[in-house]
Amino acid sequence: MNKQKKVYVYQGFERFWHWNQALLIFLLAFTGFEIHSSYEFFGFETAVDIHNKAAWGFIILIVFAIFWHFTTGEWKQYIPTTKNLRAQAEFYLFGIFKNAPHPTKKTLISKLNPLQRLVYLGLKILVIPVMVFSGLLFMFYRYPQGDQIAAINIDNLEIIALVHTAGAFVLLSFVAVHLYLITTGHTITSNLKAMITGWEELEDEDEDNGNTTNSEEKEVKS
Amino acid sequence: MKNFTKAITFFLAIIAPLIIVTVALRAPKADHSKLESLREKLSAGHKPGVDHSKMEILQQEFKTPHEMTAACLTCHTERGEELLHSAHFKWEREEFIPGRGVTYLGKKNLLNNYCTGVQSNEGSCMKCHAGYGWNDKTFDFENPYNIDCIVCHDNTGTYKKASGAAGYPEMGPDGPDFKKILGSMGKPKSENCGNCHFGGGGGNNVKHGDLEIALLTAGRDVDVHMGVDGAHMNCVDCHTAENHEMKGRYYGVSSTNTQRLLCEDCHTEAPHQKSILNEHSVKVACQTCHIPIYAKVNPTKMYWDWSTATRKKDGKGYEETDSSGNVTYASIKGDFLWGKMIKPEYAWFNGTADHHLLTDKVDTTQAFLKINTLNGEYRDRNSKIIPVKVHRGKQPYDTENLTIIQAKLWDREKGKGALWLDLEWEKAIEEGMAYVDMPYSGKHDFIATEMYMPVNHMVSPASQAVTCKECHTRTDGRLASLTDFYMPGRDRNRFIDISGQLLLVLSFVGIFAHSMLRYMSAKKRKTAQTH
Repeated sequence: MNKQKKVYVYQGFERFWHWNQALLIFLLAFTGFEIHSSYEFFGFETAVDIHNKAAWGFIILIVFAIFWHFTTGEWKQYIPTTKNLRAQAEFYLFGIFKNAPHPTKKTLISKLNPLQRLVYLGLKILVIPVMVFSGLLFMFYRYPQGDQIAAINIDNLEIIALVHTAGAFVLLSFVAVHLYLITTGHTITSNLKAMITGWEELEDEDEDNGNTTNSEEKEVKS
Repeated sequence: MKNFTKAITFFLAIIAPLIIVTVALRAPKADHSKLESLREKLSAGHKPGVDHSKMEILQQEFKTPHEMTAACLTCHTERGEELLHSAHFKWEREEFIPGRGVTYLGKKNLLNNYCTGVQSNEGSCMKCHAGYGWNDKTFDFENPYNIDCIVCHDNTGTYKKASGAAGYPEMGPDGPDFKKILGSMGKPKSENCGNCHFGGGGGNNVKHGDLEIALLTAGRDVDVHMGVDGAHMNCVDCHTAENHEMKGRYYGVSSTNTQRLLCEDCHTEAPHQKSILNEHSVKVACQTCHIPIYAKVNPTKMYWDWSTATRKKDGKGYEETDSSGNVTYASIKGDFLWGKMIKPEYAWFNGTADHHLLTDKVDTTQAFLKINTLNGEYRDRNSKIIPVKVHRGKQPYDTENLTIIQAKLWDREKGKGALWLDLEWEKAIEEGMAYVDMPYSGKHDFIATEMYMPVNHMVSPASQAVTCKECHTRTDGRLASLTDFYMPGRDRNRFIDISGQLLLVLSFVGIFAHSMLRYMSAKKRKTAQTH
């Protein structure tokens, strides 16, 4: 095992963004499914109120997050790679039960393993935009009405609603799996602690390109 | 201490943006200035500019009501001409109906689902005509002296038209005190309108369900506009008139989207604080949420089955009443069902309607015949959801000619074929159909009918308005029958819901299985290490 070193992995804004996003997604899902009549909690009117306000909060947060990602260059963390993808999948499916080492080394410039890169990128460019866009259509959906520009009317809310519902299910299952997978760090709580404090114990980066090293090690082992 | 500061900062970082967003997105205040100025105007009340008791021409002993009208018209010189063209006098309007062209329809010639129609029954029905002497087809609609000014403008509340007298009041010592009445002529009061409009269908609240005598004395909870403890408004405060053409439409007899009286006229199109409610008003009429129930005080007729009429006991007609005194069967009319505190049914409506005319064919393949049709659907840009009283019943129709039947119901004496006197369908139908120049094959049966009456009155205080969940609910919502659009909270796609739930279940099963395997393998390793 390599030497462990405390590294400041998640910057202040990153954590602020992450936790706000978590809270907002939870609120949106919880009120959203009440609006969907899956259960009753706040009451329909309050649920709609909270949902709409949280939606705006979410949009504002996303705007800041996009700015942050581009100005810091952190967007590069999400560039998908096939390198180690298979090894990472195999780790979750088999290696983890044998206490095998993580195939991808977490470093400051590469915080995400290839599976995370793929899933988070999917969220960022597909699921969340679809949810935001369909949500905005929901809000600004124009009923068939008189004395208005006909071209911007949408005659049917159904397709918007169905896409929004489907996206909500995908997001919910992501959250569930995400909450479980954060327990697969060095210790059960190390990932959680890192996202709260920013600091995480990582393998010492004396050698560059930890990914290759680890996967090579793995190949040797198998 | 450092940790504590950190925790505070972190807490603020999460909560503060939410608070800012919440405050920033607070809905702007609704504009109530128009309503306020109306309130001021209403509370000031109406002060007449003329004292009719000082008019010399009104001091004489009139022999006929026509003479009284003539006296009115000596000062109000042009009002006669106005009335001759008004719906209150003509009982018809010139209207264009797609598929029919220009029509002349109204109470004069249309059917309704209650006493059916006025034709051949004018002598009785015209008790509610703003005129004198409409006894049959020979009535002169061009003569201004046939107008009854008093029925609407009497401010004493003592004027009465006689029963079965084609709109004439009783004259002479047994009649009303006309000197007093003419001396107090003025702007119509709710009582004037109510004399006819409360009693449609043959009794208080029978027809409309939201127009009845209780409106004169009830509080805000019954009608927020007319309530004596509220604005205490009069009918004509909303139903304003220009040249005797009243604003407001009743689609049992009207057909076009004109001369309508809308809540928005006073309340504007955005009366709510919450923009999401204002947004609803694009497709939902104000009445839909603000008239959660009608017939709040007295019952209204919901069902009228003519097919059971003419039954006799000991050779005579009879009546049956329920425990609260409502007539549930009458030999002259058939079976009734009454309702009180009724939840309206709902329909799309764009302001236009069609009617089943006497000359229209009856389609016996349909479950019921629509006496009138309210046009509209979700996709129609001008349609809104409105509350409707649906009155159901059974009416006679000619099984050979397939036309609905106008029967003769009333006459002054027995033996002339009037159903209400002779209790005989065949003769009543023959007489009625002959009067309207329609053939009758000699064979009749009864067909189920429905009539759609928009509910516009008995607006409840805002606190009693229909709540979100009464419509946005999976089952049995108020709008359950309007299925031509997607409504959140009511509608869902089964495939998406089931797939989504399956995805969630699979995620949880996966998590559970994976964590169990991790737990067991870790335990195994531990045991292996200790050995």
